[in-house]
Amino acid sequence: MPPAVVIENLTKRFGDFTAVDDISLTVPPGEIFGFLGANGAGKTTAIRMLCGLLLPTSGRGTVNGFDIFRESEKIKKSIGYMSQKFSLYGDLTGRENLAFYGAVYRLSARRLKDRIAEVISHLDLASFVDRPAGSLPVGWRQRLALGAAILHRPAMLFLDEPTGGVDPVFRRRFWEILYTMADEGTTLFVTTHYMDEAEFCRRISIMHRGRIIEVGNPGALVAKYGQPDLQETFISLISGRENDA
Amino acid sequence: MISVEVDNLSKTYGTVKAVERFSFTAGTQEIVAVAGPDGAGKTSLFRSLCGLIRFDDGRAAISGHDVQRELDRIKPLLGYMPQTFSLYHDLSVEENLRFYAGLFGLNKRTFDTKKESLYLFSGLGPFRNRPAGKLSGGMKQKLALSCALIHDPRILILDEPTTGVDPLSRRQFWDILKELRRAGATIIVSTPYMDEVAQADRAVFMYMGSKLAEGTPAHLAALYQGQVYQVDVEPTSAHLQTFQQIGGIDVRRFGSALHVQVAAGTDIVAVFAALANAGVARENIHPISPGLEDVFIQLMGK
Repeated sequence: MPPAVVIENLTKRFGDFTAVDDISLTVPPGEIFGFLGANGAGKTTAIRMLCGLLLPTSGRGTVNGFDIFRESEKIKKSIGYMSQKFSLYGDLTGRENLAFYGAVYRLSARRLKDRIAEVISHLDLASFVDRPAGSLPVGWRQRLALGAAILHRPAMLFLDEPTGGVDPVFRRRFWEILYTMADEGTTLFVTTHYMDEAEFCRRISIMHRGRIIEVGNPGALVAKYGQPDLQETFISLISGRENDA
Repeated sequence: MISVEVDNLSKTYGTVKAVERFSFTAGTQEIVAVAGPDGAGKTSLFRSLCGLIRFDDGRAAISGHDVQRELDRIKPLLGYMPQTFSLYHDLSVEENLRFYAGLFGLNKRTFDTKKESLYLFSGLGPFRNRPAGKLSGGMKQKLALSCALIHDPRILILDEPTTGVDPLSRRQFWDILKELRRAGATIIVSTPYMDEVAQADRAVFMYMGSKLAEGTPAHLAALYQGQVYQVDVEPTSAHLQTFQQIGGIDVRRFGSALHVQVAAGTDIVAVFAALANAGVARENIHPISPGLEDVFIQLMGK
């Protein structure tokens, strides 16, 4: 199996502004990888390139084995995306929402039916999948959003603050689901501003002003910089560089 | 000195009990965090407290004034920052401030002095001519806070002011709150995140409309019953299943390690023996301090 992500010297400029500046990164399949950084550090631009939505200015790379310059359509089909702000249709039931996203991914009627059944059973959605999505508690809504994002069996899933605001018991259950998905080979690429989510990741990177300034295991990074926790490590790394500027 | 007092406040929407017999107080020069997940009732509590919605039962008072009966008296005392604070994105930083100054009837001279002091603590001075829509998330929140402060309120009620903001900007935001506290403000701030609770003087845990616990962060952390260990093992998936056979403990994955929660009263020697039998070396088992989230979860289950 090829690495989920291999990028080398990836750069994206918008006019005079370098949003992503010469980043390199390798993520093996099945890893839970946390992609961290301050607001405006270039994370969104980097992710758009990884998703095949934006062409890099220079560098090279593959996602799920597909070239980010030439095979963006194949990349798009091989990834899923789930966000806090992920738009479920509030008036539609959970099942109708799943059917809608299945149609967007162009699953055949038969396959769609099978996949909806699988996702409902796998994510334990049965007790609420026939209620309007808008009436569901946040934790259930997020689990439904996850179901919609994995209907087409993506090899890699992008998660944007997947459990922000969810009650802590739900959050832990949600992470158990994510760990199981990773065990089964799905690569999880998580962005979050919250260190209590970041600490669930196997490895994290920290981005600042377009560059990746650190990559490693969260615990190892905390130890390396002698900080009490990941939050302090992040703040000291970023603010140290703010002062240099 | 107590400046905010909430006594058995209840608010229902139809059959939904958003806030249920909720009580707490906040004093001058104090930052009180109201912590709980989405849907806990934080926003309904705050809106009730600001007199924006009528509540069904109980009492709330700001500096001794009843919020339902003396709304006009409390308005000048209160600065409220709702979760989605409306900034005018096409207007500059300064124009947004001037707009809110107008709402509160500040004259030009007062505004000119006030805005400079707001720029000083927010660090927004260099960006005064930038459209609000072009500010970073952290700066937008600082501008929203500045707008809520334009009329020199003594009591600040901030509804999830830092949601979606990066850790460094959040730290800077909290530094501003601490500055305001030193200047004599009372600050009540809601958050779904436990790392912010640790920064407050006191916190109230809120869940399903009710209060789970209240106290200083240290007091809340000490409410945890039992022990938590981090066990460094790879791969975590295989060990998870083995550990789940051991009685008296809860296991969950945590990055490249497992967290083992041992309930109070469990025979710790038996647990260690079971871990040793599972092939875990003693040096890979580390006691760790339970987090505020562990406490919250334990209280939820009661």
